[in-house]
Amino acid sequence: MKTNEVPQDKGNYKNRDQSRKVVYATDEKGEYTTVNSDGWEVEHLATIQAWDQAKLELEEVLDGIRKGALSPLAYFMKKNLMDTGILARHVGKWGWQVKRHLKARVFAGLPESMLQRYATTFNITVADIRNFNPDTAEQH
Amino acid sequence: MHAHCESGATTNLLRHYGVPMTEPLAFGIGAGLFFSHIPFIKVNGVPGTSYRSYPGTIFKTLMKSLHIDYTMQQFGSNEAKGKQALDQLLDQGIPVGMLSGIFYLTYMPEAYRFQFNAHNLVAYGRKEDGTYLISDPTLEGLHEIAPEDMQKARFAKGFPEPKGKLYYITGVPQQLDMEQAIKKGIKKNIWLYTSPPIGIFGNKAIHTLARKIKTYPDKLTDRQAVLYVGNIIRMQEEIGTGGGGFRFLYAAFLQEAAEILGKPELKEFSQRMTAIGDQWRNFAYSAARICKARKSDLVSYNDLSDMLHQIGHDELRLFNELKKVNI
Repeated sequence: MKTNEVPQDKGNYKNRDQSRKVVYATDEKGEYTTVNSDGWEVEHLATIQAWDQAKLELEEVLDGIRKGALSPLAYFMKKNLMDTGILARHVGKWGWQVKRHLKARVFAGLPESMLQRYATTFNITVADIRNFNPDTAEQH
Repeated sequence: MHAHCESGATTNLLRHYGVPMTEPLAFGIGAGLFFSHIPFIKVNGVPGTSYRSYPGTIFKTLMKSLHIDYTMQQFGSNEAKGKQALDQLLDQGIPVGMLSGIFYLTYMPEAYRFQFNAHNLVAYGRKEDGTYLISDPTLEGLHEIAPEDMQKARFAKGFPEPKGKLYYITGVPQQLDMEQAIKKGIKKNIWLYTSPPIGIFGNKAIHTLARKIKTYPDKLTDRQAVLYVGNIIRMQEEIGTGGGGFRFLYAAFLQEAAEILGKPELKEFSQRMTAIGDQWRNFAYSAARICKARKSDLVSYNDLSDMLHQIGHDELRLFNELKKVNI
């Protein structure tokens, strides 16, 4: 890539336009140099798509909570962009155990100490989990 | 500011001790160019793809080749011990490189803040209230982060797990044999890239991905297929790679190596690597068109597969011919 071919496409999502990145490109003599770039539409597209997916999954989870199938833990997991594997590592459980805790029925019987571990992981209080309201929850 | 976090962090640490170092040299001596595609390790349901060697190896390889003394530590799950070690070093005025989970780095633009645990940064001090002073190689300017957030980033979970990993320089020799280190770096990278016998690492992994990508339309839902492809683009272009999945950065290294070693033939390899970087950019461009159109008739998954096979052939030929150059 030549220096004059380095894309300068601004990305207007989630403060992306606050940062530039370094791209290596060759100048008119064919020598390597660095160019500060606002970004490339191709990467913006892929990143926005990943955020759209996260947004969609969060909405699906909120739907599940409203229907009474899923527990608030499912929301906080998705809000923190985790999957059950990552969350399990945080709270010191197996993935299948965390998966069960995401069900409203199982969640209802969880002891305070387990909820506290989740709360610590998500940087919130147990009350935030217990009093969770899907209709006022923050989106991505 | 640098393109890539680990080679950038390494460069920053070395410059602190007066070692003349550039990011391309750090990347090349550290044998950073690689490819891996591991279909069975998934993060958020998407298979892992990487264009560089395993986190930490660039720093280690470079230190060993230049005979610079360093310490690299991990702390398992002992977060208190990890914090104590960092604070003591900073209080002695020693800048410290760290591996961290980008999700918890509050000073980053939100756009980047996914659960991605292979980000390197340098802490160079600590304020009275405990706030860390950070030089993040991929961002302009200097930054600050609260100690709680730094802890979360250092002990993020997932793949890989930083486990509080930190690294710092403990002694720099009077004389540095840069030429020898460059030669070693090139040889090591050739070996690293060409030798892995299984199809998830090195050159063979490109062909594995090429075969897999062909099956996406049949084996995955439209939504999944597009996410898989999008993730490859992000690993190649969004995560600081200097463009073209580190290929331009490596080409810049080969150019510097040609001058330092007085081997003009390496300049030709630099130009060829640039052309390969351009091929990767074309691949990303075409892949993005598929993502955009969802069901695309403009570019097919077969076309993407062909492009990858071609890149795989060209890279292997380059490295095999580089092996024959008497450096």
